[in-house]
Formats: sequence, C-alpha cells, structure tokens
Amino acid sequence: MSTATFKIWRGNSQNGEFRDYTTETAEGMVVLDAVIQIQATQARDLACRWNCKAGKCGSCSAEVNGMPKLMCMTRLSELPLEKPVTVEPMKAFPVIKDLVTDVSWNFRVKKKIKPFKPRPPDAPDGTWRMQQEDIDRVQEFRKCIECFLCQDVCHVLRDHQMYEKFIGPRFLIHVAALEMHPLDTQDRIEELRNTQGIGYCNITKCCTKVCPESIQITDNGIIPLKERVVDEFYDPLGWFWKGLKRLLNR
Amino acid sequence: MNGATALPRRSFGETMRADIWWLQPLFVFLGLSTFIVYSTWAAFQGKNYFLGNYVSPFYSPELFGDSPHSWFGPRPGWWPYWLIFSPALFVLWAPAGFRVTCYYYRGAYYKAFWADPPACTVGEPRKSYWGERSFPLIMQNVHRYFLYLALFFLIVLSIDVWKALWFRDGFGIGVGTIVLAINVVLLGGYTFGCHSLRHLVGGFLDQFSRSPPCYRAYACVSCFNRRHMLWAWLSLFWVGFADLYVRLCAMGIWRDFRLV
Ligand code: SF4
Ligand code: SF4
Ligand code: FES
Ligand code: FES
Repeated sequence: MSTATFKIWRGNSQNGEFRDYTTETAEGMVVLDAVIQIQATQARDLACRWNCKAGKCGSCSAEVNGMPKLMCMTRLSELPLEKPVTVEPMKAFPVIKDLVTDVSWNFRVKKKIKPFKPRPPDAPDGTWRMQQEDIDRVQEFRKCIECFLCQDVCHVLRDHQMYEKFIGPRFLIHVAALEMHPLDTQDRIEELRNTQGIGYCNITKCCTKVCPESIQITDNGIIPLKERVVDEFYDPLGWFWKGLKRLLNR
Repeated sequence: MNGATALPRRSFGETMRADIWWLQPLFVFLGLSTFIVYSTWAAFQGKNYFLGNYVSPFYSPELFGDSPHSWFGPRPGWWPYWLIFSPALFVLWAPAGFRVTCYYYRGAYYKAFWADPPACTVGEPRKSYWGERSFPLIMQNVHRYFLYLALFFLIVLSIDVWKALWFRDGFGIGVGTIVLAINVVLLGGYTFGCHSLRHLVGGFLDQFSRSPPCYRAYACVSCFNRRHMLWAWLSLFWVGFADLYVRLCAMGIWRDFRLV
C-alpha cells in the first residue's frame, strides 16, 4: 500500500505550526479521508469540520497546497503526492483550532442585506406566476452552499482585510440573486456601491476559480451588478435616455 | 472583524501553492506588452499603412491622411508643424480605451502588471488598496461609452473589408482581403461578447419574459460572452497581425497573393 505525507497546520488563534503526518492512501481517497484517518490513528485532538462528505454542506473548507478547497471533494489523485500535501485553515477567517475557523462574520454580513420583498401575489390564492427564463439566472446563484471559499480567496478580504467595507463575492451573488429576482421589488443598488463596497472588487476572478459549485460569480453576478451601479451612478447618457422615455410614455 | 485575528498577512509573492502560479500572469504580461510596444510603434509610423484597396485596421477610419482612404483629406493645416502626425493617432485611442476598460482585460492586467493580486492566494506587494471605488480606477465605469465607439469601428472595418474586395481590375479576393475579414470576425466576436453590451441589450431586466427580443439579444451576447477571454486574445493578436500584413506588403517585403 502506498503512503503520502500531509503537512497539517496545528494551532489556535494565538500560534501554531505545521506538523507532518504520513498515512496510508488508497484509490479514490479524498483529502478529508486522509485527515480523518490521521485523526483516528495519529492525532486524536486534530480539529476539523465536516458533515456530508459530498460537497454539499460547505463545512470542510480548507486550503490544500495553498488553494481554497473542499477537503471532501479534493481527490488525492489530483495532487502531486511525491511532495507533502499542505492542509491549512482558511486564511481570511480567525482560527479556532487547527483546521476549524470562525466564519461567523459572514452571517453577520448576511443579516445586513435587505431581504427579499416580493410584489403583491399574482393570484387570489396568494401565489405568484414566474417564467422559467426569468428565474434561470438567479437559480445559478442559489446553488451556493456557503462554503466561503470565495470569501477566503478574495484578496480584498484575505490580503486587505476590508471586512467592514466589502461584503465579499458570496454576498455579492446573494445580492444578485435578490436584485435580479423577477418578483423582488427592493432596490439595493445604492448600498451595493456605498456600504457593501462592490467597487473594491477588481474582477480578478479568483472567487470564480475556487467555487465548488462552479458558479460564475464574477461574470454572471458581480459584473452585471457593477453594470447596474453604472446605470444608477455613472451614465449621464443613460439617464437622459431614460428621462426621454419617461417623458414620451406620459 | 470580531474575535481572534486571521493568520498574519503574507509578504509579496509568498504562497503555499505548489503549482507554477506565475506562468499565467507572465504570459499575460508578455502578450500585452508585446502588443502595446508594437501598436505604439506602428501608430507613430504614419506610413506604409495601406496598399491599394487594403488599409491597416490601426489606421481606420482614416480621418486625415495622404492615402486614398482618407475621409476628410490630407493632414489638416491646424495640426502644429512640430507635432508628429500620423492618421492612427486620431482613432487608435478609441479601440485602446475599449480594451483598457474591458472587464476581462482589467482583471488580467491588474494581476499581471500591478500584482493586485499577482495570482490567487499569492501575497501582494502593497498594503493600501482602493480597488475600482475611487479615482483613478473609478474611471473604468466609462466602458459602455467605448463600447458605442467600438460598435461604430466595427462598421467601418466591415466597409474596409468590402473595399478590399474591389481591386483596380474589379472584384477579387486576395490574402489581404481574408486577413482583414478574419479581423472583423474576431473583433465582432470580442465586441458582441462585451459585458456592458450584455447588460444594455437585456441584462438590466429582471423579467425577460416581458421582452422576448431583449431576451434573445441577451442570450446571443451571453453566448459570445462565455468565451470573452478567448475572443479578446484572438482579436488582439489578429488586429496586430493585420496591421503587420498590410505594412509588410506596403513595404514590399511580403507580396499579397490574389486568390480570385
Ligand atoms: S473577482 Fe472580485 S470578489 Fe472575486 S475574488 Fe476577485 S476581487 Fe474578490
Ligand atoms: S459562491 Fe461558491 S465558493 Fe462562494 S460560498 Fe457559495 S459555493 Fe462557496
Ligand atoms: S463535508 Fe460537506 S462539503 Fe465537504
Ligand atoms: S467587457 Fe470586454 S469588451 Fe466590454
């Protein structure tokens, strides 16, 4: 049976270090399997979070060989096993212990976003009618499993630590899902520009690259929102055109 | 953020990535630099930009100039005599502005030229960060205006292809005609996949079903948009090559073959 070495970050919020663990590997194994195996046989106190082992709960987020990944979806066969595989907690969030980070900032951010506010129901029984083409676009964003890998990789949070000024890619697509919803009547463009800081995103697409749900965060979410901000704040010709249309429709 | 701090910030270039992360930004840096150097050199030449019915896309539309393609005659009298004159200088700023403010290129050159970030999860050289929120990068929001100009240029370049079909002895197709035609196709693929266009033709709507023509246009632009990066590079390479082709033929170094 072959073996592989894992350099796992061990520590708490104050300090920590990488420790090497060599463990047996088998065909089809993922990084999470190896971590659980190490936990069972060599490091009983190794902290890591996981639930579904199927890439759907978003709890096993970590950085494998420097890239944000779901441990349960990263096959050992994709990694160069001749060198030790590094496994670290997400860099953008405070460490609680070992691979477990405190992601509660995300939940606080979410609470500040204006919630869904549908138009009055279309039918007397209190229901609405929607067409598939109207809902396709927002369905992509609803695939999000809140693993926060995109938040972790985004340099605005990770390197510049602008937690107070920028809500990050996860919540930009959350806003996109609400803003582009065919039933929603709320306007979120002003806070998108001001308090939520969409202008800090410099569309370098790292968030899209790491998303395990393959959501086109930048192309389908952030850029269309940036365009809506342009409509509202930076397009005099557009304002003139809209004014003219309003005048003609009177 | 409340609670304990995240792991300390990494220094420039520091990363745990095991792959060759610098390869892609390096290619982008070399590709864009080569284009910038060549196009600037070509724009300042002011000669060898046409050959009979062919005109270089860097010089089209030729507003003022000495070639038969000129719209408003030769170099204007008001142009200061001490200032270098080239017909390209009147027009090249528009496609250049279109590319510089393009969402794809922005992301690419922020990484390759400004290391912001150098690559995903790689440490950055600077502590301060303004993003596209304040001056100067807030100016990137002008992109849709460059799009309007780019759509106009696309029409002009299509007319150039039409002209490239008519030689002194009548209808024909030369290698140059094909080079200029491919240029328009690639620039079309790039322009029709523009994110601003995608928004303006239908993306601004929340209910596509209320406006089927907008929805169809949106779907069409989205289709080009999915490969926007590819179109961007192909069209960039080809527009440079189209200028080089016309230039080398005009200089007599290459010979243009007539196919038909
Ligand atoms: S594209 Fe924007 S949101 Fe996504 S990682 Fe880059 S800066 Fe962050
Ligand atoms: S957008 Fe993708 S990467 Fe970001 S939290 Fe959702 S699933 Fe994870
Ligand atoms: S354990 Fe649920 S996503 Fe990995
Ligand atoms: S976004 Fe690339 S051309 Fe407009």
